[in-house]
Amino acid sequence: MRYSYYSGCSLHATAREFDLSTRAVCRRLGIELAEIPDWNCCGATAAHSTSHLLGVALAARNLALAGEQGLDVLVPCAACYQRLAVARKEMDQNSELWKRVVRITGRDYTDRVGIKSLLEVLAGLDSEQLAAQVVRPLEGLKVACYYGCLLVRPPAVTGFDDPEHPRTMDRLVRLAGAESVDWDYKTECCGAAQGVSNEPVALKLARDILEVASRAGADCLVCACPLCQSNLDARQGHVNRAYGTSLKLPVMYFTQLLGLAFGFDERELGLDTLFVDPRPVIRALG
Amino acid sequence: MPRTGVFVCWCGSNIGGVIDCPGIAAQAAGFPAVVHSVDYKYLCSEPGQNMIIQAVREHRLDRVVVASCSPRLHEETFRKVLARAGLNPYLVEMANIREHCTWVHGAEKEQAQAKALALVRRAVAKANRLEPLFESTIPVTKRCLIVGGGIAGIQTALDVADAGHEVVLVEREPTIGGNMVKLDKTFPTLDCSACISTPKMAAVAAHPDIRLYTCAEIEKVTGYIGNFEVTIRRKARYVDHEKCTGCGTCWEKCPMQVPSEFNAGLGQRKAIYIPFPQAVPNKPVIDREHCRYFTTGKCQVCAKLCPAGAVDYEQEDEVFTEKVGALVAATGFQLFNWSRVYGEYGYGRYPDVITGLQFERLVNAAGPTGGKILRPSDGSAPRTVVFIKCVGSRDESKGRSYCSRICCMYTAKHALQVLEKVPGAQVYVFYMDVRTAGKGYEEFYQRAVREGVVYVRGRVSKVYRDGERLVVRGVDTLLGRPVEVDADLVVLATAVEPAAGAGETARLLGINADRDGFFQEAHPKLRPVETHTGGVFLAGACSSPKDIPDTVAQASGAAAKVVGLLSREQLSTNPMIAQVNETLCTGCFLCVPVCPYKALERRKITELLPGHPPREREVAGVNPGLCQGCGACNAVCRAGAVEVRGFTNEQLLAEVDALCL
Repeated sequence: MRYSYYSGCSLHATAREFDLSTRAVCRRLGIELAEIPDWNCCGATAAHSTSHLLGVALAARNLALAGEQGLDVLVPCAACYQRLAVARKEMDQNSELWKRVVRITGRDYTDRVGIKSLLEVLAGLDSEQLAAQVVRPLEGLKVACYYGCLLVRPPAVTGFDDPEHPRTMDRLVRLAGAESVDWDYKTECCGAAQGVSNEPVALKLARDILEVASRAGADCLVCACPLCQSNLDARQGHVNRAYGTSLKLPVMYFTQLLGLAFGFDERELGLDTLFVDPRPVIRALG
Repeated sequence: MPRTGVFVCWCGSNIGGVIDCPGIAAQAAGFPAVVHSVDYKYLCSEPGQNMIIQAVREHRLDRVVVASCSPRLHEETFRKVLARAGLNPYLVEMANIREHCTWVHGAEKEQAQAKALALVRRAVAKANRLEPLFESTIPVTKRCLIVGGGIAGIQTALDVADAGHEVVLVEREPTIGGNMVKLDKTFPTLDCSACISTPKMAAVAAHPDIRLYTCAEIEKVTGYIGNFEVTIRRKARYVDHEKCTGCGTCWEKCPMQVPSEFNAGLGQRKAIYIPFPQAVPNKPVIDREHCRYFTTGKCQVCAKLCPAGAVDYEQEDEVFTEKVGALVAATGFQLFNWSRVYGEYGYGRYPDVITGLQFERLVNAAGPTGGKILRPSDGSAPRTVVFIKCVGSRDESKGRSYCSRICCMYTAKHALQVLEKVPGAQVYVFYMDVRTAGKGYEEFYQRAVREGVVYVRGRVSKVYRDGERLVVRGVDTLLGRPVEVDADLVVLATAVEPAAGAGETARLLGINADRDGFFQEAHPKLRPVETHTGGVFLAGACSSPKDIPDTVAQASGAAAKVVGLLSREQLSTNPMIAQVNETLCTGCFLCVPVCPYKALERRKITELLPGHPPREREVAGVNPGLCQGCGACNAVCRAGAVEVRGFTNEQLLAEVDALCL
């Protein structure tokens, strides 16, 4: 199985451990990742909120490059995934927009490649194939799966899981031997988008998610978005100071959790780079 | 050569204000066979009608053209005028110069004038070729069959039977009573719903002229107005109701527990059961799917204990027919299955998010909690109850586009019941609009507001579970702010939709359903209990969401129509139906499958041709009781053998020529 790999900017910087763990897990599962050559920004955050056309064109250039590779695109980051998928859908529905984008990027977007989120691809694998790689079942670990806002929404664009009650990540967590807790904040806003402009709002939203997950009995939280991860992980200290709480909930990428079950060591998966250190929880499992 | 008269109506300013009616009349005087042509302010008025009669006599007219409104409105009126004038009533032709001309071309007077004239020319061409038509008669079977034993079917059955006609009432559930008998109280008077409906159920059982079939469904309907034959399947109940005394030993001792349909899944019943203590008939049935004997082959506790020996595991479905003259659809409604699509309210995963009907059972003294409002999850009394309205109603993306009409009122009732039964309770109602059209309804809603129910105008975006509590997040659009309410119990006012299987019932009865699946009335304003199929009537929520008073009123209306039909010895039939020219018919029978009323059939005839021995041949024949004169057969007939009287090929082609040449 071979994919064009669109890592996006986060996986080269703040979310380096997402990249590490993605590559490790994919390697083990026989998924070959061919990074898109000369890829550019996906258009998330600033671009699409200032210029709709720019937002689409940035994504479209990446798709055109992937088309030259002739492979479906695999995207770990939820924001990148959503931008690429939205851009493709809009161009499919609007031939005028398509022509303008082709003129701007100078690249013909004719090979219509598929766009898949990493979660979708891994969840689509055969259960036995996944289970065969589990050498260290994470028995006893209670995990709250957190999907965030973009991964499963809008359903007309994403469509691989239920937008109100997603379950794909929970299935993977259970295959890794851990227990996924039943909780209802799976798709609530983490507040990352307000992190700079309106921090109090971001802190409240992050606190709600972390508290509900803790009350549901979770030992840790796993997610599939670099923005969610950094917001919930790095801001936990701020939350505790602002609300007088003593939250200490590790926030990992679901690939890190899978990697642990597959037998990779903590450093290979970048588990040493998180703010709330997950290693005590992992080691307590024995 | 016919002698045709043309009468142009002004309809006040409706027509006269747009076109020049005297001008039309003057020009029409020159059309073929026209010997008299005038205009008049209101032809449908008494003096207008008398003017036509007088003109027929004075000018010896034998065809009449009325240029006025739609034939749907006044064709019948002018047919009666012709009859009074001594002519065959089918010798009138109408030109619709109002709906088809002046009402839609008010701004283009010149073109309207030309169009009106063309329409009159067309009508004259057809009138000149009209033939007298004669009605025939068919006998009437003086019995009525009603599908559905809810309050609508019950009321219709009682009214028709009290008028002296026999009624067959068919109900698919083990008891009659429908949805109404599940309700606790009725708005706005707070009458006990069971107290006012169970006497009617008992009256049905006791009435000598009502034959009640429960656990039964109609399977086939043949025939036509006045003469239907209905095939009924009565499912095996595995209890011989002739022997059973209803003593109750069997259901007390039955070891199986099954969620009770009557209690909307909140309580338990046994596998041999009566749905509720006042059920009619008050005799049990065995639910084969859950019965231990039927599923495992062992048990037979009920059969061993029954003192009357009434349990009969070998009982089979019975199929039989009933002959009736009229049919009434009273199939009612069910609640929209919200848990399939409303993920934001938990897809039904939270036991403390319930529907209004479940709340009715919770608050009912005969319900699973004995009338105490308790949370299904842990049996505790809720302190804060949130009601969410329009779940599935007025929501085209997930449910139905229409307003379900009853939810605003029953939610106000539920809110008051919470305040009354749970001292110190907090009640919130999230609403889009509060719609309270009905006698005493607005006052009832105001009472709820006065007594402390908090009405929040806005939608609920999500219901979460956080530990034991439910968090209801929504928006208050009057404050312009998001709001969150910690709730112990959430009640959804789910949409009213046609009962399951309504589409199949419509097909069997030969009636239409609208895009939402509700049965279509013959006219939404003026014929609300009739259908386009003669002899088939509608009662209750099967035609649109209705509350109890409207349902009962409509049921009595349907009964009046049925009684009107059954009180006649014979029916005159519409003569404008298909006829087959047997000489031309080649027997291809293309007309048989296209007929929506199953009115065309194969018939054997013996042909006598000179110089040949008599020859048997199959041709198409029309059943005059079934044919509605739609003309589908006429259109497919390659030989031109089938024609609709009053719309013959010759007449229609004359119209086309008059318009186009």
